[in-house]
Amino acid sequence: MALAQSPAVGKAPGPARKPRSRRSRQTLVAWGFAAPFLILFVIFMAGPIVASLAMSFTDLTTRDLRSPFGVNFVGLENYISLFNDGRFVRSLVNTALFVLLGVPLTMALALLVALALNNGITRFRTVFRVGYYAPVVTSIVAVAIVWRFILQPDGLLNGFLGVFGIAGPNWLEDEFWALPSLIFMAVWRNIGTLMVIFLAGLQGVPREHHEAAMVDGASPVQRFWNVTLPAMRPPILFAAVITGIGFLQFFEEPYVMTSGGPLDATLSTAMYTYDQFGFGNYSYASAASYVLFLAIVVLSLIQFRLLGKKD
Amino acid sequence: MAVSTAPPVEAVTGTRRRRSPMRQRPRVWLYVVLAVGMIAMILPFVWMILGSFKTTAEIRQYPLNFWPLEPTLDNYTELFVRLDFATFFANSLIVAVFVTAGNIVFSSMVGYALAKLDFAGKKVLFMLVLGTLMVPGVVTFVPLFVLTANLGLVNSYPGLILPFLIAPLGVFLMRQFMLSLPDELIEAARIDGASEWRIFLRVIMPLCGPAVATLTILTFLASWNNFLWPLVVATSEDRYTLPVALALYSVGQNAAEYGLMMAGAVVVVVPILLIFVLLQKYFVQGIALTGIK
Repeated sequence: MALAQSPAVGKAPGPARKPRSRRSRQTLVAWGFAAPFLILFVIFMAGPIVASLAMSFTDLTTRDLRSPFGVNFVGLENYISLFNDGRFVRSLVNTALFVLLGVPLTMALALLVALALNNGITRFRTVFRVGYYAPVVTSIVAVAIVWRFILQPDGLLNGFLGVFGIAGPNWLEDEFWALPSLIFMAVWRNIGTLMVIFLAGLQGVPREHHEAAMVDGASPVQRFWNVTLPAMRPPILFAAVITGIGFLQFFEEPYVMTSGGPLDATLSTAMYTYDQFGFGNYSYASAASYVLFLAIVVLSLIQFRLLGKKD
Repeated sequence: MAVSTAPPVEAVTGTRRRRSPMRQRPRVWLYVVLAVGMIAMILPFVWMILGSFKTTAEIRQYPLNFWPLEPTLDNYTELFVRLDFATFFANSLIVAVFVTAGNIVFSSMVGYALAKLDFAGKKVLFMLVLGTLMVPGVVTFVPLFVLTANLGLVNSYPGLILPFLIAPLGVFLMRQFMLSLPDELIEAARIDGASEWRIFLRVIMPLCGPAVATLTILTFLASWNNFLWPLVVATSEDRYTLPVALALYSVGQNAAEYGLMMAGAVVVVVPILLIFVLLQKYFVQGIALTGIK
């Protein structure tokens, strides 16, 4: 399950073999197995990753699509204009808020659910797990539409709040509430993933530690802070990274629910990139996407370090 | 990428065997809290399904009523007659089937090489797969579109399918699974004179059922819900996939047609929810095997 290379893979078990010739024979076969993947990978994955970076230093627009010789190298110009564009900076702030508020909230709720399912109850676990996980498998576009209607001024949520005499705001058109509303929906959709990861982690907490703590008279809360949480460090950090990477790319939610409004309050960096692409500013869009990519790479590196430490 | 502390899959999926020492007696309040939380989680789906059977007049009225007063199928009729959702459904299905098949074939092949063969460049290949595991579509879609346009594949099935025929996640998953298969099987087949291709097809793949099932579900799901690339490359209605059609209608002239939009969401979501409830074991396994949704 961990990324560690299995030490057994490289060794031929037989005692009297000539590993050299066998290895070179296998090299040919192995690259044969990898070839179809590799060709598609270079064309549709590695190529575009490099091309995106290269494009971000040019002035390529939709007009250059058929005549690539009209493209000029412009150095860092796209990046400079990006950071001078108030809308782009706003999109970075919104994306950061989305991650910094959404990730901890998702993790806290998922951890509570996982703890309850793991320790607190004996029956209906599968039912609960299916229920909490269900939003994860659904199309964001589809559930965003449903949530848009739920969050309407006369929608389900305000109807519910009205029962308690609370007059809810116009969630998606209110400059203050629009982004929290999208965060709320994203939290709802992602609890299930982290719940499953945390459940797996909780099963790995040594029972003896809990028993020892109980003998010492530790309360359940003390056991959580001093036994469960330290043992759960790897899955918690892992969950933070993958949720962070996912949340950094949020796009469907503002596209369907708010179109980035009101007044750019929900404009995400991914949506900004898509808009610039739509205007035909291909190189400018590439630069914007690379800024986002950089943030994702930083998160991924943190994760590699964490996993590396484990090995 | 991997949950380093993850126990065997059975520990996650099989639930009732384990008894925790701190569980004295079932706590009723906890069941209540969990149940309320779960109702909140699935309420949007219930609301979606109920809304899809409501008339526009009923939706406009205030205060809201929960159950449809006069259930109607008009929304669905309109969806499939006026808006051609049958085509969008078929497009989503075609793309997802080809994408899934491609991922199974190509990921298994590379996975076998990475897990069971010894060759020069193996480490580089594996690092390449790992390094691109988290690359999001938003980074590659602009150059991919330029490429697709130059190949003349905009608004075509190949344009929708080709970029997704491979995914590093699939390779990672298959490699992880194949590593757990005993080397002795392969050695025995080699002694019998079987070629590597034969070993791969006749010895290894028949044992990979669980991994292939998980990969099928994860890939199909990702393709079915995929949005950004189909939005970019499908430029006319006859190539829209379901999420694209739904999103474009929902921000277009049908934006206010509540019942119609809810019915559209039902068509996208409910088949997947049904598959999930039936095969939920494999969904959870996917996370346990790779640590990624």
